[in-house]
Amino acid sequence: MSKLNELTLSAARDALRAGETTSKELTEACLGAIEGAGALNAFVHHTPEIALERAAAADARLANGDAPAMCGLPIGIKDLFCTKGVASQAGSRILEGFLPEYESTVSQNLADAGAVMLGKLNMDEFAMGSSNETSTYGNAVNPWRRGNDDAQLTPGGSSGGSASAVAADLCLAATGTDTGGSIRQPAAFTGTVGIKPTYGRCSRWGIVAFASSLDQAGPMTKSVRDAAIMLEAMCGHDPKDSTSADLPVPNFEAALNGDIKGKKIGIPKEYRMDGMPEEIETLWQDGIAMMKDAGAEIVDISLPHTKYALPAYYVIAPAEASSNLARYDGVRYGHRAKLDQGDGITEMYEKTRAEGFGDEVKRRVMIGTYVLSAGFYDAYYNRARRVRTLIKRDFEQVFAQGIDAILTPATPSAAFGLGEMTDADPVAMYLNDVFTVTVNLAGLPGIAVPAGLDKQGLPLGLQLIGQPWAEADLLCVAHVLEQAAGFVAKPAKWW
Amino acid sequence: MSIDESTAARVAKLARIKVEPEALPALAGEFNTILGFIEQLNEVDIDGVEPMTSVTPQVLKRRADVVTDGDQQAKVLSNAPDAREGFFAVPKVVE
Repeated sequence: MSKLNELTLSAARDALRAGETTSKELTEACLGAIEGAGALNAFVHHTPEIALERAAAADARLANGDAPAMCGLPIGIKDLFCTKGVASQAGSRILEGFLPEYESTVSQNLADAGAVMLGKLNMDEFAMGSSNETSTYGNAVNPWRRGNDDAQLTPGGSSGGSASAVAADLCLAATGTDTGGSIRQPAAFTGTVGIKPTYGRCSRWGIVAFASSLDQAGPMTKSVRDAAIMLEAMCGHDPKDSTSADLPVPNFEAALNGDIKGKKIGIPKEYRMDGMPEEIETLWQDGIAMMKDAGAEIVDISLPHTKYALPAYYVIAPAEASSNLARYDGVRYGHRAKLDQGDGITEMYEKTRAEGFGDEVKRRVMIGTYVLSAGFYDAYYNRARRVRTLIKRDFEQVFAQGIDAILTPATPSAAFGLGEMTDADPVAMYLNDVFTVTVNLAGLPGIAVPAGLDKQGLPLGLQLIGQPWAEADLLCVAHVLEQAAGFVAKPAKWW
Repeated sequence: MSIDESTAARVAKLARIKVEPEALPALAGEFNTILGFIEQLNEVDIDGVEPMTSVTPQVLKRRADVVTDGDQQAKVLSNAPDAREGFFAVPKVVE
C-alpha cells in the first residue's frame, strides 16, 4: 500500500472496511504530512485535536459495523465554510478572530458522513481571485514546479489551499467553492479533480457569501470516483437555504459504469480562443479523440454568447458581493478599526472596511456599488442579467438538440508563477476563468479532470459541462475521460 | 463612460470604504479598465430578453409564520468587537 496520506478516498474507505488500517493511522499520516508542508501554506488553521477525536469516533463506528459513506476519511475544509468554534475567516483580515457559533450545512453533512476535519484551507480573500494571492494568510503554493525551476507557482484560486493540499497528499480530499471557476481552475492547475455541481445541489448555508446567485460548494479530490463519493455526502436539500433544491440525491458512485456509447459530446467552437496556447488545443483534441474511442458521438456546437460571459460576470458578481459584504461593518463580528477622537459611526465603518478588506475585495465591492448605483443600474446590472439569460439559453438550446455533455479546456494556460501577474491589470487575471464562468452563469454542473502535462511538466485539465441535475451522467463521462487520459503524474516533493 | 477622481471618491463613500485622496487617481484608472471590459456588453442585442432572477426555475418554499429560533443572545454577541449589557456597542450616533 502507498503511504496512507497518499490514498484516494475510495482506497482508504476500502482499507478501513477491510480492517487494513484505522482512521487514527490515516489521520496521523495526514497530520504528519501537513506539519512537514508549511512551505505550501495550504492549511492555515490546524485542528489536530478535533481530527483525532473524530478519528477515534470513526474507528468505533467502523468496529461496530455502522460506518457511513465517508467514515474515518481525513479531509480539509476551505476557510470559507463556517466551522463551529474553529476560525473561519474567508481568507480575510476583516474576519480575524471570528469563531462561528454554528456549522455550515455542507461541513456538517460531511461530519455526519463520518469525515475527519484536519483543518482549514487557504483561499483568496472572500473567494475573489484566481491565484490565491489575495489571501490575508499569504500565498498558497502549488506543489508542482516547472521541471527543475524552483520558481513558486500558483495553485490557482480561489480554492488554492484546497488544490495544493490535495495535490501534495496532505489530506485525502478537500472542500472547495466555485463562483466563477474557483474549484475547476485550481483543480486543473494541480492535476486534481474538482466538480462544481448544479446551482442548488449543495446548501450555501454557513458558507461565507460572495455572489449568492453563483456560489456553489463542491469536492476537490484525487479521482473522479472520489468526487462522486464526496459530492454525494456534501449535497442534499436544506431548509435553511431557500435556493437549495428539494430533489433526491442519486448514488453518484454507482453511475461510474464506464459506458458512454452513443452519448453526444458537444464541442463548442467559441471556446477556441485567439492566442490560446497550442498545447491546450492539442489537449482538447486528445480529449475529443478519447471520447470518440469510447463510443461517444462528437458534435460541433455553438454557444454564441460565450464571449460576453466574463463581462457579465464582472457586473453580476461584484454587484452581489457589494451587497453581501455590506455586513462587514465592525459591529457584530471580526475586525473593528481603532477610532480617533471624535470619530462617529460612519468613520468606524469606513476605517474598518479600509483596514479589513484587501485591494481586490475593495475593488470589487466598489465596482459592485457603482453598477448598482442610481443611474447605472439599468445600463450595467440589468443589461448583465439579460445577457445572463442569453448565456443560459445558449446551453438550453444545445441540450435540447440532445447533447449530453460539453467538452472544453478547463483553463487557458497551465499554472503561472506567483507574482507574475502583479503588474498586469485586473482584467488580465479575470481571463483565467474564461472557460469556467459560463457554467456558473447558467447554473450548470462542471468538472475539471486532469488530462495531461505541458512541456514544462505542469498538469493541464479538461472540463466537462453537464445538463442541470445530471451530475451522475457527468461523473460517468468524466470517469471515462479520466481512465482514457490515464493521468498518474505526481509533483516531485521539494517542500 | 469614464470615471474621474470625484466619481471614484463618491463610489468609495457609498461603499463605506475609506480611500486616501492620493489613492484616487489609481483607483479611478482601475475602474476604467474594468468598466471598459464590461462595455462589451453593449454589443449584445438584448431586446425582448428578460433579466435573469433565478438560474434554476423554482418556487420558494413557505412555512408557517411562527417563531422557530431565538433566545441566543450570548451566542449572537459572542463575536462582537464591543458588546455591553446584552447589546452591540458602537460610537455615539445621535448628538
